[in-house]
Amino acid sequence: MNVVDMLEGKRVCICGGSGGVGKTTTAAAIAMGMAAEGGKVAVVTIDPARRLATSLGLDELGNDPRLVDPAVFTRRGMEMKGELWAMMLDPKRTFDELIARLAPNEQARDEVLANRIYQELSGAVAGSQEFTAIAKLYELDREGDYDLLVLDTPPSRNALDFLDAPDRLTSFFEGRALQVFLRPTGLGMRLFGRGTGVVFSILKRVTGIDLLQDLSVFFRSLGGMIDEFKERATAVNALLSDRGTTFLLVTSPEREPIEEATFFWRKLKAARMPFGGVIVNRVHHAYDLGDLDVARIASELEPELGPKLAGRVAENLSDYHVLAERDRENIAQLAHRLGGEERMILVPYLDSDVHDVDGLRAIHRYLWATEDERTAMLADVVA
Amino acid sequence: MVPAVVDGLLAKRLLFVTGKGGVGKSTVAAALGLVAARRGLRTMIAEVAGQDRVARSLGGGSTGFEEIQIAPGLFHISIDPQHALEEYLRFQIPARPMADLLSSSRMFQYFAAATPGMKELLTMGKVWELSQLQRRTRGAAAYDLTIVDAPATGHGIAILRSPGTFADVARVGPIAHQSRAVARTIADPTQTGVVAVAHAEEMAVTETLFLRDTLREDPKVPLAAVVVNALLADRFSTRHARSIGKALGTAGPPAARAALRAALSGHTRAGGQREQVESLRKGLGEEPIALPFVGPDRAPAGPSGRRQNGERAMFERLADALEESALAAAA
Repeated sequence: MNVVDMLEGKRVCICGGSGGVGKTTTAAAIAMGMAAEGGKVAVVTIDPARRLATSLGLDELGNDPRLVDPAVFTRRGMEMKGELWAMMLDPKRTFDELIARLAPNEQARDEVLANRIYQELSGAVAGSQEFTAIAKLYELDREGDYDLLVLDTPPSRNALDFLDAPDRLTSFFEGRALQVFLRPTGLGMRLFGRGTGVVFSILKRVTGIDLLQDLSVFFRSLGGMIDEFKERATAVNALLSDRGTTFLLVTSPEREPIEEATFFWRKLKAARMPFGGVIVNRVHHAYDLGDLDVARIASELEPELGPKLAGRVAENLSDYHVLAERDRENIAQLAHRLGGEERMILVPYLDSDVHDVDGLRAIHRYLWATEDERTAMLADVVA
Repeated sequence: MVPAVVDGLLAKRLLFVTGKGGVGKSTVAAALGLVAARRGLRTMIAEVAGQDRVARSLGGGSTGFEEIQIAPGLFHISIDPQHALEEYLRFQIPARPMADLLSSSRMFQYFAAATPGMKELLTMGKVWELSQLQRRTRGAAAYDLTIVDAPATGHGIAILRSPGTFADVARVGPIAHQSRAVARTIADPTQTGVVAVAHAEEMAVTETLFLRDTLREDPKVPLAAVVVNALLADRFSTRHARSIGKALGTAGPPAARAALRAALSGHTRAGGQREQVESLRKGLGEEPIALPFVGPDRAPAGPSGRRQNGERAMFERLADALEESALAAAA
């Protein structure tokens, strides 16, 4: 099983998982690898630090994919048969564009964009990154310019927020939340008319009339876009469960991310969304040494290193072994929870930090290797 | 001379711990809480968005929207917006039946659910309430220090900005009034501090500097401290590494070779981390607080698969390290 197997017949690949497990670099390495083989591939990422963009030679935050200069790869001896495109999503701008596209007319568009509540809050609140990320993905997919789209999901604390984003939006528009503001007898109208209900007067008291008015204007102008928004959210949801889409779970072998990956997987299954496999990054290699005999190892190393250093080196292996064992247990548990689905790629904990094209290539080698090749590569590193 | 950063943090009333995903924000929040409690401060650790990781790891079980003692002098609450909303209404509307009428009113539920940023504001409102000397919660005693295990960088910034934003948008009325009070507290460095947690990795370092710059702009607060978490101890000098490399050149038994490999990669990683700490130090113009990598407990997992005592021990070890860094700074 390698990444190419996982992506067989797919045109959209969504990398999900909790923060700090190497999602961004994994997504970039996958996109780079598929492009190297001849595809036209775009990677969409949200990376507040923008470091990866810089390493790919993209210095600006753009809202459309940009072609990564093939020289970035050829300079390093990597053949690039296809094209790698990359974009760093700016949630605020993406939301603005979406409003512009869905607004029935210029006046409605300007009203929303000029609304203070919208301006202050559209880019920042929980859920807006998740939603804009898939909205952008949907657009790129519909334009159909790419063989493969790879999405690096936003670093939300709860990775599941991402899956819920379109549903939340749909239920918001379908639900009565908005209707309260929009229907003729609703809050919005009462604000401007002679609203007298008890609830309304208390609400006015606890919130303040200004805020209610701004909100009311905001919702009224959004109101004109309800149908378009609903349609959009439904289409986005359909894309998530499309046969051409696959979810790859990215995790590290630590307990928390593994638990998060398990929940994510269950949720995918429950929602009948396509699951491609798991990539476990930063795995400490489990040397197959049976019971570790620190004293024996130290004595074996002593002639070469002297007693003090030999002891320290042996002790260090013992500490390392604890980590490797923890990784092995956690990964076994994940495999067990996933019903023994052997769609898993383990990427070793590399000695150097991955943040540039060389780092991407190092990961890429493991993602593209077959099971046997991976074993051989590890043996090579380890021997 | 390095200032006694940890002491400075403990002298505040409200701390927000944020940083890149996966760098150990909760762990650092918990360790700070333990240090504060050891010094005799009545300390609250608040988790947001209904999380309760710290409480579970410290062995206190899940607490919910209740202030529960999980260790001597250390309390915990898990804040969710719905409970915060109900509480807020009871404060705002002294007449209980009216408050209940409003919180059970659909119109109001919709209003709260639909208003962008309202969840963040309600969470911040509760955090602020916890940090006050005069608590509004009936019968509640004041805390000397409230530590918020905040969301990761992007959402962490949003949550810190939400009171200021609402104060601007609402202009007048109770929400404006309340938001302004919260925003004032956040912007006051004698009361409030933001602690950024990072790993010694390029992307985490860059994100920390980005966080610093962004917070300076809005809500105009400086970082009170930067913590570099999970630093590997380098057991080997460059000279050692040369000897180890040489030994690896000759054949040997597999276990001995594995030991040599592990030693070399540990040395390489620690060296890489040192470079990153250096670039963080340069970017910040000051010394970050360094915390060691604390490995998993060696005892086997219990029947539940969790190493609860092990996790607690890990937090205690990190708290020790924080105290040592405070001592070292004072020396």
